[in-house]
Amino acid sequence: MSGTPHAGSNVGLPLRAWRIRRHALRMGQVQGQGYIGQALGVADLLAVTWFHALRYRPTEPDWEERDRFLLSIGHYAIALYAALIEAGVLAEEEIATYGVDDSRLPMSGMASCTPGMEISGGSLGHGLGIAVGMGLGLKRKNSPSLVYNLMSDGELGEGSTWEAAMAAAHHRLDNLIALVDFNDQQADGPSTATLSAEPVDAKWAAFGWHVQRVDGNDLDALVDAFDEARAVTEPRPRVIVCDTRMCKGVPFLEARERTHFIRVEPDEWGQALDLLDAAMPS
Amino acid sequence: MIASLDAEGRPTIAAPFGHALADLACERPAIVGLSADLAKYTDLDVFARAHPDRFYQMGMAEQALLAAAAGLAREGFQPFATTYAVFAARRAYDFVCLAIAEEKLDVKIVCALPGLTSGYGPSHQATDDLAIFRAVPGLTIVDPCDAVEIGQATRAIADHPGPVYMRLLRGQVPRVLGDDYRFELGKAKMLRQGADVLIVSTGFMTMRALDAADRLAADRIGAAVLHVPTVKPLDTAAIVEACSAGGRLVVTAENHGITGGFGEAVAAVLLRAGVTPVFRQIALPDAFLDAGALPTLHDRYGISLRAVVARIRAWLA
Repeated sequence: MSGTPHAGSNVGLPLRAWRIRRHALRMGQVQGQGYIGQALGVADLLAVTWFHALRYRPTEPDWEERDRFLLSIGHYAIALYAALIEAGVLAEEEIATYGVDDSRLPMSGMASCTPGMEISGGSLGHGLGIAVGMGLGLKRKNSPSLVYNLMSDGELGEGSTWEAAMAAAHHRLDNLIALVDFNDQQADGPSTATLSAEPVDAKWAAFGWHVQRVDGNDLDALVDAFDEARAVTEPRPRVIVCDTRMCKGVPFLEARERTHFIRVEPDEWGQALDLLDAAMPS
Repeated sequence: MIASLDAEGRPTIAAPFGHALADLACERPAIVGLSADLAKYTDLDVFARAHPDRFYQMGMAEQALLAAAAGLAREGFQPFATTYAVFAARRAYDFVCLAIAEEKLDVKIVCALPGLTSGYGPSHQATDDLAIFRAVPGLTIVDPCDAVEIGQATRAIADHPGPVYMRLLRGQVPRVLGDDYRFELGKAKMLRQGADVLIVSTGFMTMRALDAADRLAADRIGAAVLHVPTVKPLDTAAIVEACSAGGRLVVTAENHGITGGFGEAVAAVLLRAGVTPVFRQIALPDAFLDAGALPTLHDRYGISLRAVVARIRAWLA
């Protein structure tokens, strides 16, 4: 069985990204809230991850030979649920259960709740260190599987992130790919004005990583970056810094004053879905 | 340093944890060892020399140490992560709590310098680790008494599927318990009977309790010793039974600050059970402690043999 289940699909990446945005908006509509700005911004990155790069079996989330995808940023759970639904790991009907009591889709990602959720992120700065351990473990098992860790620009302020970055390079973890969603927004304001990580690519390079920085809403650029990250042979970890635009795909939300937790009025969820539907890729 | 905990002339065993883990790893391929630049000072170097390909040096980075241990456990390995107790409990707490315990991962956290076993002052004295880790749901906590128990407990915690924190005596570790002693995870052991006072002790304070019982016997004071090496979950049945018997003074003894440690845990067990003996605690004060020579500090803070005997005599007077 092919490891990348949708590799031969006729559904293109633009449509996958569009559907991920649509699933996320529908979940936000259920609760009247959610980290929808981040979900819309990272949808293209998730589309490329789950429909171009990742090896997995939708009906067997614990398949030993899968690539591991860690959501360090637990509050992006709404985005990963959308990708898991699109990938067939979760049923589309579960959208109605987003954030409700005893749901498999809590507002912050928890490994014990959701198939396909490898770790419980949310206490930021955890994912990369856990990814280091999984990378070491996979090498012990002589496994060709890769570990992807999705993290945020705000998370670059956590010291543990850089402990893990040093460890990954020291242990020559060429099976580890970090994905940084650089949307320049964290809780108290723009990331670059809160605790700037710039020059971010130079930092990763100085820590011994193979670094790429791309437009995180450019599907072709993302595909090329993932292909390069997987193709290079040098024995060091890889990072793809993805500059993304929050709320991408819903113009009136993109134009709204940027905040970490975008407020969406009750009647605006439907408007956002209408706008998205009108822009459905062919 | 550790030998100075003990009476002169008592036999010791070198690096009981390191040797026990190295031996155990020969039969269990899932075991791996990690250290944060303290392998030599946690006796993990014995394991590292025996199984160099299964040892991971994480450098002076305790958050990465415990996060990586979580990741290795997720991939099916059984990591033994070692550092000093202060660093695991204070600096890397979030990783013990969320990355390991909340996920019920099979990680063993084994830490040297528990309580007052270093004269380097508060930066190295983990007088709060039990208080911190007792609050972590599902985390098993073990405080062994001596070299014999450390060897047995290493195997026992490996048999237990789930997160464990074990306090470690390192280097030349005194041997106090006999060949017939058997550590059982979660079980207290009545080591000595006595009619006048019951000492409920954990960790190396059981060594003190046994020595104190000898001294008190010379004064015709009968001291019983209930050794409780598993601090969480507590063997509540054994504690309640022992403390209910005979109207004895009950004294808890621990190598830890008086706030939130073993003694308070025992007190809560007894109150919840409606058992209310005359109750006293031997523990370190609720203070940042001095630097200095260990025998001096143990005497100053009431956990030396002399101090333990004097305090029990005074409480019985």
